[in-house]
Amino acid sequence: MNNEQGDSRLRGNLYNYILTIADNSLILGQRMGELCGHGPSLETDIACTNISLDLLGQVRSYYQYAAKIAGDGRTEDDIAMLRTEREYVNVLLVEQPNTDFAYTIARHFLFDIFHFLFLTELQKSKDLTLAAIAKKSLKEVSYHERFTSDWIKRLGDGTEESHQKMQTAIDDLWAYTDEFFNPTSAEKAMAEEGIGVDITALKKKYYDTVSEVLEEATLKVPESKYFHKGGKQGIHSEHMGFLLAELQYMQRTYPNLEW
Amino acid sequence: MTQLDKPNIQDHLYSILETVPDPEIPVISLLDLGVIRTAVEIDGIVYIKMTPTYSGCPATDVMSDDIKAAFAREGKTAKVELILSPAWTTDWLSEEGLRKMEEYGIARPLSESHDKDVLLGGKKLVKCPQCGSTQTHLVSQFGSTPCKALFKCDDCHEPFDYFKCLK
Repeated sequence: MNNEQGDSRLRGNLYNYILTIADNSLILGQRMGELCGHGPSLETDIACTNISLDLLGQVRSYYQYAAKIAGDGRTEDDIAMLRTEREYVNVLLVEQPNTDFAYTIARHFLFDIFHFLFLTELQKSKDLTLAAIAKKSLKEVSYHERFTSDWIKRLGDGTEESHQKMQTAIDDLWAYTDEFFNPTSAEKAMAEEGIGVDITALKKKYYDTVSEVLEEATLKVPESKYFHKGGKQGIHSEHMGFLLAELQYMQRTYPNLEW
Repeated sequence: MTQLDKPNIQDHLYSILETVPDPEIPVISLLDLGVIRTAVEIDGIVYIKMTPTYSGCPATDVMSDDIKAAFAREGKTAKVELILSPAWTTDWLSEEGLRKMEEYGIARPLSESHDKDVLLGGKKLVKCPQCGSTQTHLVSQFGSTPCKALFKCDDCHEPFDYFKCLK
């Protein structure tokens, strides 16, 4: 392989790797944004939309970088808004719907613990842009993690009804947690280069941290070993198409509309 | 503040930058907020490097436009570039800015450990900007803008914003 081929393969892997990170936050940001004006109380409504705003702000940095790496004239908006469903590589967890507030919190909590551990490692990336985005984002994500962990405890250790609802949400969404730790070829290649994070190494810490919070919340840590996967390969759940229809509506109706 | 964290702003540009207010907290300037990291004039063009407070803060684009407009009024062209590193911290808020913010009704950020005690441990340490009492409690970790949390005073019963510590 000559240098040119090697360089273009590295750029291809880096581009895919950036999407692997950014798509999670974009799709989860969209889900949290759906609560704007619909949160269970004014304070939680504001919190959920603030969190959404943080995530969307972070993905702008990632997609701007991805656009630069792609170098084919596409902008951050094109990459964020104009791909087809199969081209999004987010994990299945983040596209799951806001069934009720317990689901919203459980989904975000199960993501936050991963996100926090992941960004902590990404700060050490040899790629200075990714390291800078990680460092900036981590400060914000530590607030998200506090917020969702706090609600897991309040609802888990709350009334009989809130406990039951929280347990149901955790049990249902548990099957989506293992997907984080199955590396794609881009994730493997970038980890080897010292640019990406070796996600397999985060697995134990992830389940330890999640279990600790659940136990404090008097919730049972699910034991099921059956896990869903596919999102990182672009094979999504039935919810994804509806989410994208809403996400992409403006950009497809008014092409080149800017964020 | 380490040498690296010190902004590089040419002396003659201060007077113009001082006139650009924060779009959300108009009593303080962008200089007080600490978001302007570099301002140098080269061949008649002012190059500004600015760092956002929070990634998704919608005020960031407005700040950039306001800076350009302020220089345009002085007949100068300014180019604003957004940088992420080193990441903004509440340590970069000026003492003058903190004082004006308090007068405006926003409580100033506490130290990192006290901030955690307040937001997680429910301790009563944040001073009410209306009556000065520290008998205050957290209403919501997230407030009217990404950088603020919502509080209420138990003495004068007024709600108020607290500027969260970001390190």
